[in-house]
Amino acid sequence: MEAHKFTEKALSEWMRGRGPDSDIVISSRVRIARNLDNLPFPMLATNQQSKEILERLSQVVQVKGMKEIGNFSEVLLADMSELDKRVLVEKHLISPNLANESRNGAVIISDNEAASIMINEEDHLRIQCLYPGFQLEEAWDLASRIDDVFEEQVDYAFDEARGYLTSCPTNVGTGIRASVMIHLPALVLTQQMNRLLPAITQVGLAVRGIYGEGSESIGNLFQISNQITLGQSEKEIIDNLHSVARQIIEHEKAAREKIMLESPIRIKDRIRRSFGILTHAEVMDSKEASQRLSDVRLGLDLGLIDHVSSDVLNELIVMSQTGFLQQVYGRKLNTEERDIYRAALIRDKLSKS
Amino acid sequence: MVCQECGKKPATLHFTKIVNGEKTEFHICESCAREKGELIPGTANGFSIHSLLSGLLDFDPTGKGSSTSTKAQTIRCDECGLTYSQFSKIGRFGCSSCYKHFEDRLDPLFKRVHGNTKHIGKIPKRRGGSIQNKRELEELKKQLQYRIIHEEFEDAAQIRDQIRELEKRISAG
Repeated sequence: MEAHKFTEKALSEWMRGRGPDSDIVISSRVRIARNLDNLPFPMLATNQQSKEILERLSQVVQVKGMKEIGNFSEVLLADMSELDKRVLVEKHLISPNLANESRNGAVIISDNEAASIMINEEDHLRIQCLYPGFQLEEAWDLASRIDDVFEEQVDYAFDEARGYLTSCPTNVGTGIRASVMIHLPALVLTQQMNRLLPAITQVGLAVRGIYGEGSESIGNLFQISNQITLGQSEKEIIDNLHSVARQIIEHEKAAREKIMLESPIRIKDRIRRSFGILTHAEVMDSKEASQRLSDVRLGLDLGLIDHVSSDVLNELIVMSQTGFLQQVYGRKLNTEERDIYRAALIRDKLSKS
Repeated sequence: MVCQECGKKPATLHFTKIVNGEKTEFHICESCAREKGELIPGTANGFSIHSLLSGLLDFDPTGKGSSTSTKAQTIRCDECGLTYSQFSKIGRFGCSSCYKHFEDRLDPLFKRVHGNTKHIGKIPKRRGGSIQNKRELEELKKQLQYRIIHEEFEDAAQIRDQIRELEKRISAG
């Protein structure tokens, strides 16, 4: 199977249409980590062992229970170009870890790209489900169903006291990492994030940039996820994240209202200025693109801009990334070329929508 | 929170350094942390969750000082050969058996990372029945204690009957 099928379009099928609260929550994600019993974790697995892991897990895609969930295709990392890998990372379909460090790694992706199953990442098996908008429970339900199908076919490393055993002690127990990607321009603009961030970390959640661990926030997008995986049930973990995210959404809404009330002209100017630059600029670096696109998204949510669709904005977030740009233009681009092509792509997309 | 070094990027690393009883708090972003590698031991090539963890793993749960930890470093997993010392450096287990071989050292670690040491979430269905029963039994026994302490003997008798029933089911397999 070629990776091409999944690298062609910037926007996964699942991202089309709007989910609940999608004016603030871009997407909800749940991933669970599992390992096979009696085989070393990928870090210490020999080439032969990691092949065996790949084989055993790949077979599960063929069983009936899996086909009832959806149509899945498997792509081996070895068959992917560096560019393919980069695009899949930018689309959040694979992790940077799988792209760069895995041995006999593979990814199994559902046709609508809502589910991606990584093999031989840090753990033998990582099941990830992505939904648009604020739909954590739905994402968990799907991940858990896929988990059940695997569990019928293979023996998991599971301990009564410690739960699902994982390579990293930070994942042991439930093996679950639930997260929401959330757009908080008004909280950033009113400088409330500085107060909010420590509060979020105090309730056992982490805040990161949109490409995971160690990445910085771009375009006012933040990823909020659970840290604790042991000693809480999956439901408690999801509920906790859900209620904290709900509060952040309310804060963001209040901040948006405040801005509109106190400085409507200033915010309108900022948003329309950004729209003007995006539709006319000849050179655009990725940082500026993210910030301007964030402004336009805010404008759309506030009803100040109405001739752009949110699909196009979601699409541009992915398309203006380095890997995807190179994919669109079919070759490696240097920084200057990238900035020129990025500007052209954004002009084109925004004028058509 | 913004990085206290560059004042631009969000701070992702928060730690407290204590030297001779003097406490200093740090809130910095990853790139500044990399630059200031000397702040945190062993992070010359950038830091990760794993290198942060290794700080926790060196933690001596016996509280008897460093003399005991040398012994701990020689613990080895029979299955994959990983030593506790290697584990504490890389912050990752080598295989599922490591959990058994390092068992004695794990409670304090999990307590620090998760605030808990025991799994209460999902159970694989094929092994589920017996574990579910055991959990229920533990829960009932706790309730029984509570009722007895509070002298609610009628309720206690009821729970006792439930426990007997459940124990019968467990021994019947």
